[in-house]
Amino acid sequence: MKPARKQRLLVVVFIVVIASLVVGLLSYALRENINLFYTPSQVAAGEAPTNTQIRVGGMVVVDSLQRASDSLDSTFLVSDGTATLLIHYSGILPDLFAEDEAAVATGALGDDGVFVAQQVLAKHDEEYTPPEVADAMQQAIDKKAKAAAATTEKTDIKPVNTPKAAY
Amino acid sequence: MIAELGHFALILALCLAFAQALIPLAGTIANKALWIGTARPLSCGQFVFVAISFACLVTLFLQDDFSVAYVANNSNSLLPYYYKVSAVWGAHEGSLLLWVLILAGWTLAVAVFSRTLPADMVARVLSVMGMIAVGFYLFMLLTSNPFERILPFPPMDGKDLNPLLQDIGLIIHPPMLYMGYVGFSVAFAFAVAALLAGRMDSAWARWTRPWTNAAWSFLTVGIFLGSWWAYYELGWGGWWFWDPVENASLMPWLAGTALIHSLAVSEKRGLFRSWTLLLAILAFSLSLLGTFLVRSGVLTSVHAFATDPTRGVFILAFLGVVIGGSLLLFALRSSTIGAKASFGWLSREAGLLLNNVLLVVTLAMVLLGTLYPLVADVLGWGKISVGPPYFNFFFVPLGLLLILSMGIGANLQWKRQSTGSLLSLLKAPIVISPVLAVLWLVLAGWDLKVASLLGLTAALWLSLLTLQDIWQKTSYSGGRLAGLGRLKPGYWGMIVAHLGIAVLAIGITLTSNYSDQRDVRLVTGERIEVAGYDFLFQSVEQVRGPNYIAQQGRFAVFTTADDVDAKPFATLRPEKRRYLATGNMMTEADIDGGLFRDLYVALGEPLGDGAWSVRVYVKPYIRWIWLGAMMIALGGLIAVFDKRYRKVKVTNSAPVNSRAVNSVAVNSVPKESTPALARASKDS
Repeated sequence: MKPARKQRLLVVVFIVVIASLVVGLLSYALRENINLFYTPSQVAAGEAPTNTQIRVGGMVVVDSLQRASDSLDSTFLVSDGTATLLIHYSGILPDLFAEDEAAVATGALGDDGVFVAQQVLAKHDEEYTPPEVADAMQQAIDKKAKAAAATTEKTDIKPVNTPKAAY
Repeated sequence: MIAELGHFALILALCLAFAQALIPLAGTIANKALWIGTARPLSCGQFVFVAISFACLVTLFLQDDFSVAYVANNSNSLLPYYYKVSAVWGAHEGSLLLWVLILAGWTLAVAVFSRTLPADMVARVLSVMGMIAVGFYLFMLLTSNPFERILPFPPMDGKDLNPLLQDIGLIIHPPMLYMGYVGFSVAFAFAVAALLAGRMDSAWARWTRPWTNAAWSFLTVGIFLGSWWAYYELGWGGWWFWDPVENASLMPWLAGTALIHSLAVSEKRGLFRSWTLLLAILAFSLSLLGTFLVRSGVLTSVHAFATDPTRGVFILAFLGVVIGGSLLLFALRSSTIGAKASFGWLSREAGLLLNNVLLVVTLAMVLLGTLYPLVADVLGWGKISVGPPYFNFFFVPLGLLLILSMGIGANLQWKRQSTGSLLSLLKAPIVISPVLAVLWLVLAGWDLKVASLLGLTAALWLSLLTLQDIWQKTSYSGGRLAGLGRLKPGYWGMIVAHLGIAVLAIGITLTSNYSDQRDVRLVTGERIEVAGYDFLFQSVEQVRGPNYIAQQGRFAVFTTADDVDAKPFATLRPEKRRYLATGNMMTEADIDGGLFRDLYVALGEPLGDGAWSVRVYVKPYIRWIWLGAMMIALGGLIAVFDKRYRKVKVTNSAPVNSRAVNSVAVNSVPKESTPALARASKDS
């Protein structure tokens, strides 16, 4: 083999080895660091893992926000229309955080069923609802409708305060 | 009337772009000098009509013409005039218009500053840029027309520009970013032209380098402005969040950085040619991807596509044509441009190869982390977000490796370097940089942490090696000053940019390890001590701005040693604004900036009883991040002015069969002769 060609072959082998190593590492790290989203109904049904970083979200329940008087601790409920979840947060809530508006929290679910959030995100303008929340609300409605169709007794299901989705 | 004029001008620009895409290219195939000669006038015409169209949209904003839907959605009569102008690129349609304006501007620049290039090369390059322009014009006219009217019932007043965008940083950030994104289209067009012609030589690399450098500098400035804006405007005090929007701009930057280094090898040694072409294609493809990721709304929801299928389908089709088409061309033609030189494993070529591998790996990592949630959502794997830990896990070690190898790489010689001579270069910095790092932390009174020691050592290592290189390059001439004068702008550009990387690394290391951040509850009259500064929360007052009402806090800052009666050395007035048109709340932080530390105060929310949640941050060396970024951009710009890139007569060190091609460059003045000569060179 000519030296130039041999060198090119070595370069290619080097790149392939590095690349496959990197892809392996990447997919491993990706699996460790993705945050899955759960709805309050899924948490209530015990589908969400505890003490693992996840995201949850829903509409903030009216009159549920309570603040401590001596620190930045606060608690509030989020709902997807069927279930609610208590969220504990210590920090400054975002500008557009409000009751009866959508919020998404990143944090971990404790064994006591309280979600301790490290970060709370609210929608960034009037029109926008986080797609996860809109989806969660829709799922809850669908589930109710299905349950209603199955029993055929309850016919008075109102669609719960569906957020105006941005999409 | 003005809206219709703008719309009409845009259609005319499309027609000219069509002609520009087809006629000159056909000329190079049919060998007709007259057709080839149309490239320059068509580019000028296209620019004139886009400029008219853009001016029309600006005028509509300044005149508060709310019968135009785009104006009504993004402006308001209360908005100050400068934000009315910047609102033009505040949303999807207008930013596309800015994009094509800048594209036409770069095209014009290529047409004007390409006198030394062979006419057929210019024709191909301008044709390719015309094709890109056609895609964007069609996209705008078919799916995102900024001149659409709301008739017959226009609203009384506009919905206002998103308050987050009402800021000086956001006036200049998108144009700079787009200058970078679109600037890569020049390198892309050069690459496609080289593939079409079936030849690529060191002269090609020399033409492409200044354009790529310029685009890359603009992109650097754009990213830096975005980070700076996020720091003071979002009210969280962070400067990089690994947000998909940020990643979208970082990816073309990484590809562009790899490209300017690979171009150096292609120019000086005639190596890495196919790889350089591939990087040029990649950099622009990622720019397109970035533009569309940010502007199409796909990041907030993949379902954004579902509501407006025409837009989504058009975007995907356009990306497919550009990326797929250029890669197909690459696959078909790249075998004609291979190189035959070899290099030692300890050489500047090998160093630059390592640089490229590291940069591309980093790029792959960012790309995967950014697109994975989208892919997962489409395939129904659940709603996923990829957090900063993933990115930091890879970026920090890769960045360190890059900085360490950068110091060595820039000191290496072309072709081959002996191990002994390299070691003698490295021995002083190897000892001095960790010692200096420890000394720095001790003198500043900070704890010694592994992370900060590593970061500082790497940055100092790079600085020392860079400075030592200047010292050596000036040592063997008649006096040091004369030696400095002999160094070329190309070299200075590299020095400034590499030192910029070191400054940036120092800023990142120190600010992420030694920032003191407190989120606290404060009642007026209370004080809090953070990192040796005493913040006194004095009052909250209501103030009125042009289109908002704000609660303005007043914080007096003392150094802790001061007694209570001392004059505060800074007074900070953070605001909580409520914008009247939308009712949106906005945090406006106030910052006392300095070269060695920033004092940062932002109001959170009123908690009742005169209490507020407040962010009080002391961030050491954070300005070095942006100082470093500016130096990097400046370095790229300095290199553009190297006279070597503008020489008509070519001196060539590449040992490849480029002699014939160089004679083409020299003889480029008579237009008719070039295509024939080009073909001759291909055969030789």
